[in-house]
Amino acid sequence: MEKTADILIVGAGPVGLFTVFEAGLLKLTCHLIDSLPQPGGQLTEIYPKKPIYDIPGYPSVLAGDLVDNLMEQIAPFKPGFTLGERAESLEQVGEKMYKVTTNRGTELFAPVIAIAGGLGSFEPRKPPIDNIADYEDAGVDYIIKDPEKFRGKRVLVAGGGDSALDWTIILADIADEVTMVHRRTSFRGAIDSVEKVMELTKSGKVKLITEAQAVGLKGDGQLTHVTIEVDNQGTHDLAVDYFIPLFGLSPKLGPIGDWGLEIKDNAIVVDTFDYATNRPGIYAIGDVNTYPGKLKLILCGFHEGTLMVQSAFKYIYPDQKLSFKYTTVAGVNGF
Amino acid sequence: MNENGNINIMVTDREGIAHTLEAPTDMSLNVMEVCKMYQLPVEGTCGGMALCASCHVYVLSDHELHPMNEDEENMLDQAFFVKGNSRLGCQLKITEELDGLSLQLAPVGE
Repeated sequence: MEKTADILIVGAGPVGLFTVFEAGLLKLTCHLIDSLPQPGGQLTEIYPKKPIYDIPGYPSVLAGDLVDNLMEQIAPFKPGFTLGERAESLEQVGEKMYKVTTNRGTELFAPVIAIAGGLGSFEPRKPPIDNIADYEDAGVDYIIKDPEKFRGKRVLVAGGGDSALDWTIILADIADEVTMVHRRTSFRGAIDSVEKVMELTKSGKVKLITEAQAVGLKGDGQLTHVTIEVDNQGTHDLAVDYFIPLFGLSPKLGPIGDWGLEIKDNAIVVDTFDYATNRPGIYAIGDVNTYPGKLKLILCGFHEGTLMVQSAFKYIYPDQKLSFKYTTVAGVNGF
Repeated sequence: MNENGNINIMVTDREGIAHTLEAPTDMSLNVMEVCKMYQLPVEGTCGGMALCASCHVYVLSDHELHPMNEDEENMLDQAFFVKGNSRLGCQLKITEELDGLSLQLAPVGE
């Protein structure tokens, strides 16, 4: 059981990233975990090209640029990253030592946990079909890990965005039969992908059903048919081996909700003195926390992370005197 | 519109309870923000950028609303429970013309 870092930050969004800087000024090391494959959280995942207007000193900054700048700013403090893995379970394994295990079995150890989980981890949106959960891993896939799984199979892809189009194109060469169902007649994906799908439809390699949606699933334990409702034309059943709904990602608080922390309105309750939760050594900062007067702003998250690391220092080193240094005087001294 | 320059909009929540919300027209607010002000169960996850559909509403009255822009159409395309009268609350700006607007919160999926 070797300590991974002083502070394990759950969530590599802007607040988690900036906390590395403030911790670094106190010579505390950080390691970040995020379920997304890249740092930046919702800024990178949802709106990288959108301008943000309320970061002090920046009249306007693109979300993606803000993340790039934060990465540059924290580089001197050499943070560790475990990306593409979701923090799953938390266990106290010693005095002032926690173990966080990810969904891929990676084990990380630290005396302090800072949950900067934002809106939660990004999970695939599931279409509202009553019995869809019954067929998960029995014919319904929300994420395609290995397209070879679908070789020679009959596949129904639902959705009209880029990932639905891209996978339809890829699966057209692999699967035996590819049907795409989309609620509208137009697509919002990249023009190239739309044209390619139209070509594949013309040549008969893809069957396209528009102004329609999947409304029911049938099978005896394993999916055999999807019920498709076509606007103003009623429903029919399509025989398939796999149903792949691709409707983007939406955030969920997820496993953090089971870590023994006080939760209110889908957020973690903290003390505004130092953003501590009800468990010693565990803090929550940014959009994931709640307290009287809470505002979900990046700006406020930066402030919360800054105060939090002061408390974390005192928690880890109760006998050491904490001296606060202004970077204007001392500069930034990395590790 | 009343003497304070405020309008009223009617919002029916997911339990079927109707709420009358008074909203100022001079603060560039949108319907999502007004719902949140009144603590109705509207997440507004993306902060009003037409990127999450958590403020999906059905328009019940026959107010003439400005047409959807591409962002709103694209997002509603990915949302569930979409009907002909679906809109994103965050894209409906509070203006005088919306006085008396009646809306219903759309169901939220998983």
